[in-house]
Amino acid sequence: MPDTTLTSDPSHDGPGAQSDDAAGYYTPGAPIADTKAPGGPIADRWQTRKFEARLVNPSNRRKLSIIIVGTGLAGGSAAATLGEAGYNVKSFCYQDSPRRAHSIAAQGGINAAKNYKEDGDSVHRLFYDTVKGGDYRSRESNVYRLAEVSTNIIDQCVAQGVPFAREYGGLLDNRSFGGVQVSRTFYARGQTGQQLLLGAYQALERQVAAGTVETFTRHEMLEVIIVDGKARGIIARDMVTGEIETHLADVVVLASGGYGNVFYLSTNAMGCNVTASWRAHRKGAYMANPCYTQIHPTCIPVSGAHQSKLTLMSESLRNDGRIWVPKKASDCEKDPRDIPEEDRDYYLERIYPSFGNLVPRDIASRAAKNVCDEGRGVGPAVEGVRRGVYLDFSAAIERLGRDGIEEKYDNLFDMYARITGEDPYSTPMRIYPAVHYVMGGLWVDYDLMSSIEGLFVTGEANFSDHGANRLGASALMQGLADGYFVLPHTIRDYLADGPFEPVPADHPAVVEAEQAVRTRIDTFMNSNGTRSVDSYHRELGNIMWEYCGMERTEEGLKKAIDLIRTLKDDFWRNVKVLGSAESLNQSLEKAGRVADFIELGELMCIDALNRRESCGGHFRGESQTEDGEALRHDDEFAYVAAWEFAGDGEAPILHKEELIYTAIEMKQRSYK
Amino acid sequence: MRLTLKIWRQADAASEGAMHTYEIDDVSEDMSFLEMLDVLNEELQAKGEEPVAFDSDCREGICGMCGLMINGQAHGPEVTTTCQLHMRSFKDGDEIVIEPWRADAFPVVKDLCVDRGAFDRIIQAGGYISVNTGSAPEAHATPVPRDDALRAFNVATCIGCGACVAACPNGSASLFMGAKITHLGELPQGQPERDTRVVEMVGQHDHEGFGGCTNIGECTAACPKEIPLDVISRLNWDLHAAMRHGL
Ligand SMILES: Cc1cc2nc3c(=O)[nH]c(=O)nc-3n(C[C@H](O)[C@H](O)[C@H](O)COP(=O)(O)OP(=O)(O)OC[C@H]3O[C@@H](n4cnc5c(N)ncnc54)[C@H](O)[C@@H]3O)c2cc1C
Ligand code: SF4
Ligand code: FES
Repeated sequence: MPDTTLTSDPSHDGPGAQSDDAAGYYTPGAPIADTKAPGGPIADRWQTRKFEARLVNPSNRRKLSIIIVGTGLAGGSAAATLGEAGYNVKSFCYQDSPRRAHSIAAQGGINAAKNYKEDGDSVHRLFYDTVKGGDYRSRESNVYRLAEVSTNIIDQCVAQGVPFAREYGGLLDNRSFGGVQVSRTFYARGQTGQQLLLGAYQALERQVAAGTVETFTRHEMLEVIIVDGKARGIIARDMVTGEIETHLADVVVLASGGYGNVFYLSTNAMGCNVTASWRAHRKGAYMANPCYTQIHPTCIPVSGAHQSKLTLMSESLRNDGRIWVPKKASDCEKDPRDIPEEDRDYYLERIYPSFGNLVPRDIASRAAKNVCDEGRGVGPAVEGVRRGVYLDFSAAIERLGRDGIEEKYDNLFDMYARITGEDPYSTPMRIYPAVHYVMGGLWVDYDLMSSIEGLFVTGEANFSDHGANRLGASALMQGLADGYFVLPHTIRDYLADGPFEPVPADHPAVVEAEQAVRTRIDTFMNSNGTRSVDSYHRELGNIMWEYCGMERTEEGLKKAIDLIRTLKDDFWRNVKVLGSAESLNQSLEKAGRVADFIELGELMCIDALNRRESCGGHFRGESQTEDGEALRHDDEFAYVAAWEFAGDGEAPILHKEELIYTAIEMKQRSYK
Repeated sequence: MRLTLKIWRQADAASEGAMHTYEIDDVSEDMSFLEMLDVLNEELQAKGEEPVAFDSDCREGICGMCGLMINGQAHGPEVTTTCQLHMRSFKDGDEIVIEPWRADAFPVVKDLCVDRGAFDRIIQAGGYISVNTGSAPEAHATPVPRDDALRAFNVATCIGCGACVAACPNGSASLFMGAKITHLGELPQGQPERDTRVVEMVGQHDHEGFGGCTNIGECTAACPKEIPLDVISRLNWDLHAAMRHGL
């Protein structure tokens, strides 16, 4: 074990004891020995790696080709940067334009250790907050690098014309976000993701005009092509004509985003999926920590069975809004304005006095669930329980005036009013947690390369930077850090081995990948079942939310695995896809995605079952302190669970990567 | 509530399209317009009919992917995106006509989906600031007056949905273009390319087959992000300035 402070838990058998709830569901594999992070002082590691990464001379770059799946912050920024550098880039997305990638929806902001406020921020503090916020389940070297390059991101985006909020003097403004005590979050009203993505998109389109990047919109990647152990291309479907296309390159980058839609209802865009990652996983890329799901505390509560998605209200609202529920369950039906101050329970301020309404997301989410489970939730009862808490701006409106609030949050307030039909300026908003982000994803080494050579993974699709819980405003930072500043350096070291032997179009690996895609599509089109794809997705989502959601137990997870296996069986026999495969067919698109979600869902449950500890966004009912806080077991679980696909119907193989902290001490998190 | 839907169905770009009528029951007012179509699609599926294709992704009014003509209005009766339009804007017994965006420069792909690739090509023509990654100066090196930043932000919120084009009798994309030209032109970083940007973008716009602007103002009335009409004046002003500068 590394030199760390171990947690001591009296109910626990002590170091060395191995709980193995998932026995029988997996096969143990060899540990992961090397992540390729350079050694030495943490502050020098990235500089060392950059220096050691071999160079590719500009005239050779033209001869090298890169496929990038995804045009969000991670993929768009990478494509623009690698295009500028002179490589041949092919960029893919399933939407009709790269500008629509899901990153566009991010509201709150982006962190960077600029210390413009002189409030004690630094690269080291951002690093420290991120590792602590992730409950010591992220990789130290990666997180440090993220904090280090964060400052360049702001410079880059400002130069591109991203209209961040400014102070009267013309300098950039900041705000603070959940889980931290400094103001380091840069923002563009409540639409930061949109503005950052437009910056990356414009940089990308500039390269399209320059001829270095070719974009393939309405194209879905359905398979990776692996030749001699190396990723050399993809099979994509042109979603308009149905044509199955082979695209070959020297290296493949997946920047395909997160898989939160496995829960059906989430804050993610409708099309977010796991297909690109899952297809790669089935070909040998390890899937790391898939069970780490972030539940966001401030979403608009569910209103009925028709619902297709949940809408997030930016967490920045927690800066000014106070969260409460009535002290007495009997007050829950009352108009909140009629409940006097002394009958309100500002439960976050009460339980966590030093962070108050700004505790990290997992803590805020679970606290909301607890008060609703106690019967003190507010708003309409759905299936017998009121699932909502108040987010109250009345004090802030008094302090800052209605104008002050309008200026900060206007579009969020409008959005709330539009969706709920209620006016949040006059009556408190109602919020409830919802699935938002996944910290798990394809395993990558320090260079962002997966366990398949030549297959790189960036942004939300990889796993490395956020541990078991992501602090607010850190995903945008990671997407842009990976795409603008990290991948371009690490990929050049890989490409320096070029020129690579061209892959002939009739290479057996290409033929096999293409055939696999065709067979799968034919299976869907010829299945004469009766149930719609959506109905399976909803059912899967219910299972996942119920048993692998905010709180997991051994019993529940085992039950979920059985349910998912039965569902999978039924899906393949009973799903119905109408229309043709040779044209735009949204049911067919969804069928492929849901099939992959079902397999992922099973692995998420197995991963959650294996991890008999509570950390960050993973709360195991069996592992809590006396007062109901999450209890980690660093002696047993300070590792990344990297799962290898072993074949259909075979138990997955678990590789453990030990987490070693040299620059930071592992502590039990406390926000009290 | 119970509604009658008249929906444009068209198998692909090359086929003839036609209106089809569908009845739908049990529509609740909390549903978004697209959720109502989801429910219709589930019903069609159950009857063995192919679901209606329509575009959407974020379903929260920000990606710009959704967009329908609803009773002849781009995005429908409220000033918002189709995904943020809720059924409380309609009443029991209504007949609703649903068509794809209408514009020569946006060919129909299938049913209610159109191809808006022309917007990307307009951006390629100059809707950016040229700065290579890693060569940016310190962010505080150039202060930007707060009001300029705010105005740049307000017009940068264009989501590229195309409602302005669909609403315009001339099928002009001037509002979309004006928004980008104003956004970048408002900032110090956008000045060096200000002249070339407007000339190139306008050239591409005309080349794509969008119509000319005759100041009717339907675009701004339909724009879910309330991009103001004066971005078009700014566009014209910049274009004339570029001409004067000899471009
Ligand atoms: C509502 C909301 C608000 C958020 N707010 C914040 C915030 O304030 N701050 C913050 O830091 N983070 C926030 N996040 C998280 C953050 O937005 C995301 O984690 C991040 O944008 C992901 O970026 P990405 O580039 O990895 O992926 P995405 O932006 O999701 O892009 C994925 C890309 O992959 C493509 N793709 C996927 N699969 C395929 C396939 N099979 N074939 C072809 N293309 C494919 C898609 O077309 C898309 O282009 C928010 C998230 C949500 C949902
Ligand atoms: S200007 Fe308005 S209507 Fe036109 S594309 Fe932009 S947001 Fe849509
Ligand atoms: S679906 Fe994104 S704006 Fe409507």
